Amino acid sequence: MVADTAVLQIAPELFPNGIGRYAVGGLLVGLGVVVIYLGTGISAGASTFLESTLSYVSEQSRFQRYVASRDWRLVFTAGIVLGGFLFALTVQSGLLSSSLYQPGTTGQLHQLGGFTFWTTNVQPWRLFLGGTLVGIGTRIGKGCTSGHGVCGVGSASKTSIVGVLTFLAVAIGTAQIVAALGVSP
Amino acid sequence: MADRHPLFKPLIFVGGLIFGFGLGFSHMARPEVVLQFLQFEDFGLVFVMFGAAIVSGVAFAVLPRISDRAPLTGDAYERRLKAFDRNVLIGGGIFGVGWGLSGICPGAAYASLGVGNVTILWALAGMFLGAYAQGYWRSRAADAGPAVTGAD
Repeated sequence: MVADTAVLQIAPELFPNGIGRYAVGGLLVGLGVVVIYLGTGISAGASTFLESTLSYVSEQSRFQRYVASRDWRLVFTAGIVLGGFLFALTVQSGLLSSSLYQPGTTGQLHQLGGFTFWTTNVQPWRLFLGGTLVGIGTRIGKGCTSGHGVCGVGSASKTSIVGVLTFLAVAIGTAQIVAALGVSP
Repeated sequence: MADRHPLFKPLIFVGGLIFGFGLGFSHMARPEVVLQFLQFEDFGLVFVMFGAAIVSGVAFAVLPRISDRAPLTGDAYERRLKAFDRNVLIGGGIFGVGWGLSGICPGAAYASLGVGNVTILWALAGMFLGAYAQGYWRSRAADAGPAVTGAD
């Protein structure tokens, strides 16, 4: 990629893993959103799945607002999980390789029947507490990294741009503080 | 919905498949890589979010000029803009603390399960708990009367 080499020549230390996997992955994430929008006119975000799925098990009025969309949100999420699985079966397992993909050294790789799976080293308490705050925050703040970050920014929504700048700035501050306190990984 | 086009759900599924594959390929499904970005050790994730936003942005801008309605729903290609209020800042702040602490966001968490990361179930359990807590609180606030319904 021309952009790849140009950026890497100017600031290689900012991109220790290159930019190929990030740029290609981002284009695919955008393409997934476009496929759904093209056929349905829906700009799909990932976090409303949490509330819409809770409508199956809770009568709270807040969740019942999402009854009409809960079936396709379940299908969308199943697609995301299986999309990750498809990636694990092909690229992560070495079945497909590309100069645009750098495997990286984070977490743990495991072999199972010829396939390579990956697990995180980030501690469970961080995942659980962080996940809880993500669950509260995306629902109060009307979106997450896909709803605000991809769909909202893509449609030049001022609300989404402010939302993204807010959570990005707070997340950077939080991650820096947590790292400074010596929590790793 | 009963009267939806038979290809409605298959198309949503294919879109999710590409979306999830992209999250795996970009390593956004790896919390460590997101944390490296937030700690300024690897700026690659800028390309994920902006790459995706540019692709979707082109479609959002071009499609409404080509066609009036989406083929599978008959819905207009319109921008569904969310109203700005202080909840965007409050919720964004809470989400930011959670994202910075865990390195995980909803879509990436689902994809992370797909790449084999069973440990991510901790984050998914937390997300449902958090979403339930805010829904419980806001349902009560909404049921309490018009004085507090302005919160949404």
